[in-house]
Amino acid sequence: MSVIKVTADNFEDEVVKSNGTVVADFNADWCGPCRMLAPVLEDFAEEHKNVKVVSINIDEEDELAEEYDVSSIPCLVFFKDGVEFDRSVGFRQKEDIEELVGE
Amino acid sequence: MYDIIIVGAGISGMTAAIYGRRASKSVLVLEGASYGGQIVNTASVENYPAAPNISGFDLATEIYNQAKALGAEFKFEKVLEVKDLDTEKSVVTKKNTYSGKTVILATGSENRKLGLENENTLIGTGISYCATCDGAFYKNKTVAVVGGGNTALEDALYLSDIAEKVYIIHRRDTFRGEESTVEILRQKENVVFVYNSVVKKLNAQKRLESIEIENTADGHTETVNINGLFVAVGRIPVNSAFSGLVELDGSGYVAASENCRTNVPGIFAAGDNRTKEIRQLVTAAADGAVAATQAVNFINNYRYFS
Ligand SMILES: Cc1cc2nc3c(=O)[nH]c(=O)nc-3n(C[C@H](O)[C@H](O)[C@H](O)COP(=O)(O)OP(=O)(O)OC[C@H]3O[C@@H](n4cnc5c(N)ncnc54)[C@H](O)[C@@H]3O)c2cc1C
Repeated sequence: MSVIKVTADNFEDEVVKSNGTVVADFNADWCGPCRMLAPVLEDFAEEHKNVKVVSINIDEEDELAEEYDVSSIPCLVFFKDGVEFDRSVGFRQKEDIEELVGE
Repeated sequence: MYDIIIVGAGISGMTAAIYGRRASKSVLVLEGASYGGQIVNTASVENYPAAPNISGFDLATEIYNQAKALGAEFKFEKVLEVKDLDTEKSVVTKKNTYSGKTVILATGSENRKLGLENENTLIGTGISYCATCDGAFYKNKTVAVVGGGNTALEDALYLSDIAEKVYIIHRRDTFRGEESTVEILRQKENVVFVYNSVVKKLNAQKRLESIEIENTADGHTETVNINGLFVAVGRIPVNSAFSGLVELDGSGYVAASENCRTNVPGIFAAGDNRTKEIRQLVTAAADGAVAATQAVNFINNYRYFS
């Protein structure tokens, strides 16, 4: 699966009501480390079909960023059955993400 | 065995890779995070020759692609140790050990931390080292900047246009940074100067809620409610893994002069991690060129390799 772009309109369906593990990547175009992380997440999503990876642009979705209390990006928020269980801030390598989701 | 193993894919390390490959040497670059190093956080670089306005990400990506196209090999593994064996160097990562004829240490610098309990866990939930990266999240909030240099002053100025209130906490009563910036800050109604003070404690539930400030003159402490703390107390070299390998200066920089040679033959240092006056992209790139050329000469002249 590839990374799915998510907005306030479908966040509820794609993340909160989603069963299993979801990695939500809060990012922005002007953020260098976010751009570094994007291909890593694409790779991760390709290799782990059982994990859903979604991308949220914080400039377009500032209310979601606020709701999830994001105050530094890139910020990865990890959900299990719609409930946040962990988060990480800054660039991460694929192995780090695998470790965080417990794959 | 590689001819040249480069530790760090910042601007200095990647430039060294370009020079090493153009001299037909085999080159391995080992990077613990992403390529590009510290400049990746900067949205706009305006002093790199031939690139009047470029983002740090784009600049780094250009150099990365250039080095790769020339045949440099990149592996994303953090180096834990470098050993100087009789005739070769051994470079140890979590997963592998690589051997090389020469090693270039290009590990750069990182933000100095305050060294407070909770500081690391609060990064991204109230603690930041980059005002231009994270400032936008503190619209109409209360923030504090710690530090007394130009970075701290400029951070405070940047934040004063976003946040409702900005404290500047400085351990002395005069700033090291530009007086003109201090003057501009004094005119700002939402900026509060806190002199002779240090941050002693970070109070947090889910995120940072307040800080305890101690006045160094009278020992009085005070708790101030803030949403974000921006730390701007300088940068430190990333050399601790090499303290037993090469000579470091009193501040922890590799003691290597403009020729980029360390006290160990065949080991070189390039970029921000080396003792020098000006730490900028062009000087990092220049170091990469010098260090790689020194490495090439070392390989070509060292009787064991020829
Ligand atoms: C906010 C900011 C703005 C700046 N703006 C400018 C500007 O506009 N113009 C300018 O010229 N300069 C600017 N600079 C300075 C410039 O960024 C640095 O001088 C330059 O990037 C240094 O490059 P470097 O390759 O020596 O080190 P770095 O960029 O620090 O790269 C070192 C690399 O080594 C890696 N590394 C470290 N340890 C290990 C290890 N053990 N194993 C593997 N890899 C490791 C790191 O992950 C990093 O990628 C700025 C700096 C900052 C902080």
